Amino acid sequence: MPIIQAFWAIIRRDLLLAFRRRAEMANPLFFFVLVVTLFPLAVGAQPNLLRAMAPGVIWVSALLAALLSLDSLFRSDFDDGSLEQMLLSPHALSVLVLGKIIAHWLVTGLPLLLVAPLLAVFLGLPEQAMGTLWLTLILATPLLSLIGAIGVALTVGLRRGGMLLSLLVLPLYVPVLIFASGAVDRAASGLPVDAQLNILTAMLLSALVLVPLPTAAALKMSVN
Amino acid sequence: MSWIPAPVSRFFHRTSSPPHFYALADRFIPWLTVIFLLLLGAGLYGGLYLAPTDYQQGDSYRIIYIHVPAAWMSLFIYVMMAVMGGIALIWRMKLAEVMLISSAPIGAGFTFVALVTGSLWGKPMWGTWWVWDARLTSELILLFLYLGVISLYGAIEEKRAAARAVSILALVGVVNIPIIHYSVQWWNTLHQGPTVSKMDKPSIHVSMLVPLLLMAVAFKFYYLIAVLQAAKLELLKRETSSQWVKALLEKQA
Amino acid sequence: MENSQHATLQVSELSCFRDERLLFSALDFSVNAGQVLLLEGANGSGKTSLLRILCGFREADAGQIYWCGNKISESSYFQDMAYVGHADGTKKELTVLENLNFALALGAPGKYSIEQALDKVMLAGFDDNPVHTLSAGQKRRLSLARLLITHNLLWILDEPFTSLDRQGIKLIESLIAAHIEQGGMAVLTSHHDLSMADLNLQRIHLQACQ
Repeated sequence: MPIIQAFWAIIRRDLLLAFRRRAEMANPLFFFVLVVTLFPLAVGAQPNLLRAMAPGVIWVSALLAALLSLDSLFRSDFDDGSLEQMLLSPHALSVLVLGKIIAHWLVTGLPLLLVAPLLAVFLGLPEQAMGTLWLTLILATPLLSLIGAIGVALTVGLRRGGMLLSLLVLPLYVPVLIFASGAVDRAASGLPVDAQLNILTAMLLSALVLVPLPTAAALKMSVN
Repeated sequence: MSWIPAPVSRFFHRTSSPPHFYALADRFIPWLTVIFLLLLGAGLYGGLYLAPTDYQQGDSYRIIYIHVPAAWMSLFIYVMMAVMGGIALIWRMKLAEVMLISSAPIGAGFTFVALVTGSLWGKPMWGTWWVWDARLTSELILLFLYLGVISLYGAIEEKRAAARAVSILALVGVVNIPIIHYSVQWWNTLHQGPTVSKMDKPSIHVSMLVPLLLMAVAFKFYYLIAVLQAAKLELLKRETSSQWVKALLEKQA
Repeated sequence: MENSQHATLQVSELSCFRDERLLFSALDFSVNAGQVLLLEGANGSGKTSLLRILCGFREADAGQIYWCGNKISESSYFQDMAYVGHADGTKKELTVLENLNFALALGAPGKYSIEQALDKVMLAGFDDNPVHTLSAGQKRRLSLARLLITHNLLWILDEPFTSLDRQGIKLIESLIAAHIEQGGMAVLTSHHDLSMADLNLQRIHLQACQ
């Protein structure tokens, strides 16, 4: 089917672009590591304190790193006219947008999974919580890309949309933050985390279905 | 729109034309003001004078006559904004756009009042100005949602596009409000003891409840008055070059 | 292309405001297969706004656009049109070939293969060059090559001749002429007058109303 082809083509193109701009793409990752290292410097290096704070620190940093990387989602397509061409494509814009979001997550969300264990060790997160940390990252970083996409689509037409983007997106990130860091927190104290993981899964699935529609509408508004 | 009867749809179309709406709003505002003042007077008299003193909290509980209706309004107005946003997106109705954007500062105002009165109440109750109580926290996040709507509208220069943008944002926000609310509540029960929950479900006596409801209705009327005034102004700003605004200005000059 | 004989773009009672200023109102015209519409007018007279309305990016403040007799939202309009605007719509980090392949994936295949199209716009042999190494004129020709490889009847071109030399202009004119001859149609803005005598050319002069 042509629309599936277009969907894959967009993912392939965005991954290729990310590869050609790899220096730029690594920035959110460094930012993530850097923010996490700032915490021990700010609050002191007592192992107990850090261990208690670890889930929150890792998740707040992941949130900020995701926020920082959001701008690259539609910015270059908006600037060079590719977005106009996507709007004119006979295929549903929402499907193309979903392709872009998935590619964005593969480039910015997936690497967080790889460095998170390192940071967990830095902060002394108990080993039993490591699996849960991974699971929450797998479930919740795509959510950050999805929810963020709406905010970027609304602000991509603005010259200085950065601050506004965080004002729009961060309040919507609150549930993700609560359930994800909550799950890691409970896992660290050896409690069951099924409820949190189920809720995150439910949120991810509904976001996959619901988010492309307002994002596409917002992009149409921005191209105006 | 075939499921809407013709007279209703005609009425809708006529009322939604800017000059007609403007005239209608002018006609209604004095009446609404009278009703608002009556309700406000009755509510305050009942709440501050007639209602008995609470055996646990003393007179400090009386702040609920402002706090609770304001908190209700903060949610109500956001839902109204989302409804207006839906109408604006589906039927492309200019008036809905205007009502949506005029509601935002009023809603933000109520949210702010709810936050301030909440923390004022918190001082005698908890001995501190701010407690990370579930309701206060979600109210704070709601304030950010309102501020997002207001700044997004301000940031986009072309106002029709801006109205589209805030309509989308209001709809996204309204889907998220319950999720945020429940996640915050859940987070709260996890992290805090039950000491705070006293104020969550107060079993309330009728003599306290009636003034509370009166105040809630009074606040609704206040919202109506404020939103009509704001919408009038917004319409004038948007349609400065149209015939009816020119005629109106000539008549008043 | 079988229905190209009957294809018409019809615009009725179109109005557009910009920042409270009326750009045009009650604009009526129609373009048939085999016709070119040239929009003229000073800067700020609403040419680009009109094109963006025709592309569906902007909403008209009043009026309707019909494609083959139906509203554009209810017709095959977006399958039958193609647009080249101020921005090239190409990715500068990708090669010529990668860009065209992506354009092809977004639409349906057209009259020419990528190789033929590159030949026609005189970019043959540039397949594997990243776009950022091309000159401005070459980029323009690349974005026009997109029109050749995808299926379309209506070309909407916003200033297609900018940053082209005389040879490039001639080339684009001949591409437009060939497209028209095959039953296509085009709407374009240009500061440069079209020097094609035997073309079925329609002109609309836009003047910003006060």
